[in-house]
Amino acid sequence: MSPTNIFAPISTPAESIFGLSMFVLATVAMVFIVVFSLLVYVVIRFKDKSSDERREPPQVYGSTQVELAWTVIPVLIVIALFLASARVIASIQNTKQPADALEVIVTGHQYWWEYRYPGLNIVTANELHVPVSDPAHPTPTFLTLLSADTDHSFWVPRLAGKTDLIPDHPNHMWIDPHQTGLFLGQCAQYCGTQHAKMLLRVYVDTREDFSRWVRQQQQPAHGGSTAGQRLFESTACVNCHTISGTAAHGRFGPDLTHLMSRETIAAGAAPNTHQMLRLWIKNPDAIKPGSKMPAMGLGDRDVDAITVYLETLR
Amino acid sequence: MLTNTIVLTEAPARPLTLRLHEWVTTVDHKRLGILYILYALVFLLAGGAEATIMRIQLIRPHNDFVSPQVFNRMFTMHGTTMIFFVAMPLVFGFANYLVPLMIGARDMAFPRLNAFSFWMTALGGLFLYFSFLGGDGLYGAGSAPDVGWFAYAPLTAKTFSVGHSTDFWTLSLLSSGIGSIGTAINLIATIVSMRCPGMTLGKMPLLVWLNLVMGGLVILAVGPLSAAQLMLLVDRYLGGHFFDTQAGGSAVIWMHFFWIFGHPEVYVLVLPAFAFASEIIPVFSRKAIFGYPVMVLATIAIGFIGMSVWAHHMFTVGMSAGANTFFVLSTMAIAVPTGIKIFNWLATMWGGRIRYATPMLFCVGFLFQFLIAGLTGVTLAVAPLDWQLGNSYYVVAHFHYVIVGGILFCVFGAFYYWYPKATGKLCNETLGKLHFWLFVIGFHLTFDFMHIPGILGMPRRIYTYEPGRGWNTWNLIVSIGVVFQAVAILVFAGNLLWSYFRGKNAGNDPWDAWTLEWSTSSPPPAYNYAAIPAVRSRRPLWDLKHPEDPDWRYE
Repeated sequence: MSPTNIFAPISTPAESIFGLSMFVLATVAMVFIVVFSLLVYVVIRFKDKSSDERREPPQVYGSTQVELAWTVIPVLIVIALFLASARVIASIQNTKQPADALEVIVTGHQYWWEYRYPGLNIVTANELHVPVSDPAHPTPTFLTLLSADTDHSFWVPRLAGKTDLIPDHPNHMWIDPHQTGLFLGQCAQYCGTQHAKMLLRVYVDTREDFSRWVRQQQQPAHGGSTAGQRLFESTACVNCHTISGTAAHGRFGPDLTHLMSRETIAAGAAPNTHQMLRLWIKNPDAIKPGSKMPAMGLGDRDVDAITVYLETLR
Repeated sequence: MLTNTIVLTEAPARPLTLRLHEWVTTVDHKRLGILYILYALVFLLAGGAEATIMRIQLIRPHNDFVSPQVFNRMFTMHGTTMIFFVAMPLVFGFANYLVPLMIGARDMAFPRLNAFSFWMTALGGLFLYFSFLGGDGLYGAGSAPDVGWFAYAPLTAKTFSVGHSTDFWTLSLLSSGIGSIGTAINLIATIVSMRCPGMTLGKMPLLVWLNLVMGGLVILAVGPLSAAQLMLLVDRYLGGHFFDTQAGGSAVIWMHFFWIFGHPEVYVLVLPAFAFASEIIPVFSRKAIFGYPVMVLATIAIGFIGMSVWAHHMFTVGMSAGANTFFVLSTMAIAVPTGIKIFNWLATMWGGRIRYATPMLFCVGFLFQFLIAGLTGVTLAVAPLDWQLGNSYYVVAHFHYVIVGGILFCVFGAFYYWYPKATGKLCNETLGKLHFWLFVIGFHLTFDFMHIPGILGMPRRIYTYEPGRGWNTWNLIVSIGVVFQAVAILVFAGNLLWSYFRGKNAGNDPWDAWTLEWSTSSPPPAYNYAAIPAVRSRRPLWDLKHPEDPDWRYE
């Protein structure tokens, strides 16, 4: 069972698309069976079997009634499919944002995702946390989609269809997952070298888990004035990364304030283990060739110190 | 006697260089047609090699056959090559060769423009492939474009695409665009003004009608593409901001410009494919085409509606619900005239005595595959389904079903059907059937199974994928299909060469066909017809062969 199957929806937009797709597929399958059978019949039945090379079959030039029939029937089918589509388009696109909906601003960057929760004062990256939505008391999440550089597309098939993130062209979409768990997806609009490893991870939490996660993300970062922190703050790391409460205020790369609360690094390209984190800092190209994170040319001891420091950011 | 003396005195006197020189300087529509086709076949091998590299890379998850940079260049070059330097030259080549012959003319209306157009197109292909050498530019960054064949802004901006690879891409499309517009103008002028006596618009072979509409579409569609390329050049070198999103430019405007070219382009390619089917199916079913006037009307309808569907490529860019709904309707509407065409071909075969020679086999394959391509097209026209399936492998499977399963199958049919006319030799039937069956197997292995990873969430243009998504097996099967297709193409190329030297003599009319080109010699003389023919019906050779029951009594 694929974790990204569009036919296993657990959120209203994906569910209404699924319902519509069943109707469309059934209609299309019917047309297919009829025309396919006709084709097979014609291909077999009218094969030339005679030895008389010169005799030609009766010539028929056309028939208005027959032409009318196979014009009108497709027109009716098209109208039915069109009306069904129009209904679902309106139901998904025209849904108003309820006052208590969770708002998240998603910004696509070359090969990673930035998530800002304006109401909650949280900034995180690559792993989106949202609360589960009980159909009786829906708590949907509304996403505003921005891009910092090129086009991207937010596609988690089990939650909703994709919507593009286009620079200077804010887009919107919403989800209301009915199940807890981790839902996967990835960038679906070619955005450059590492488009393939711009993976999406959406964690749908119970309300309690989500509140706990929010409280944890709102805390300031831990850490004292270790050697690793001094090193981090005195190298180019701070140009791109933010660690709140420290001198690091960069905006080009992911916010690292609560790095260790995330299960993966490099936009889902590797698990967040000591080994992978160290490798990522030492030589990002080993995990994601062409990513925008440069190898800083640090010695092994410095890499170790920075890794140890980052591992305190819980 | 006269012809004998010419052959005797000329044949030994012309060295190879002189003969090549004649090909380079020719303005003969038949030679230019053949040049277009040979040129397209060379690029078909290049584009096929690029596809093969991609399929080897995707054979299993986390494969490292090529780097992401190389993979991204491969899909950009594959798409650009196949559309602009394989498909377009193929349909232009056949149109060039066939249209004057079928309307009883001695050449195109503007023979020099014709030569100019071919060489501009050829220059475009050279620009594109020169990027492998020159794309590094002064920056040493990249070689060959890697922005995708629709090159969405702002990925093409200087910021994201340093070096000159994008510039070579732009120049290549600009240059071949000039060639395409020249050929389109030429085709329209030829069809409008050079038909032989008696050939009214209503008595033109369907192939000519379809190429007339194709010419109109090229003029309407290629203009916006060229305009967009010029704007991109201005952006990159003259400080323009058309697509510079940081300075108030618009990424979405590029999409509109590209797709108002890009979707009619599909019809530019598919109408000539329909044209081949509309000539081949009647001859091998031994019946007149069913519903000629309806076929013409359906073609014109496809031309008009085809200009109003472009934004179905943009359902995911956040258009309003109203705009999305409009483009669902216009896109679905095009299924009606297309369906009418399929039914008319079926009715043509109905009650016929069908001979399954290679050209007809490819047309039958086309009918089955185009049916499926059309139906998956309908599913994608449903905007909400497109929100899921757009930019996934389902879309890749769908448009390859159209372009390979539909268009390329008809083009192969056309090769086998008109090869005897162009060379005087019949293609080898055994090799032709081998080519057909190998290609059918390869095509279905690759493109049937390619729909599934799309449904399971696999986006296009990814150089590798994660295990555990349920995509592995499907990708393996898809890649295996490539082997069959590659062998089939080699059989095809071998057949063309073998038949040229060893093929049986074809005679003027090997298929017992009905249109004018079969009344002249194979290959036709430079002037096509010693005396300009006069026609009284759509099937002048039928009238000739059946004086007791001519077509003009019924039309």
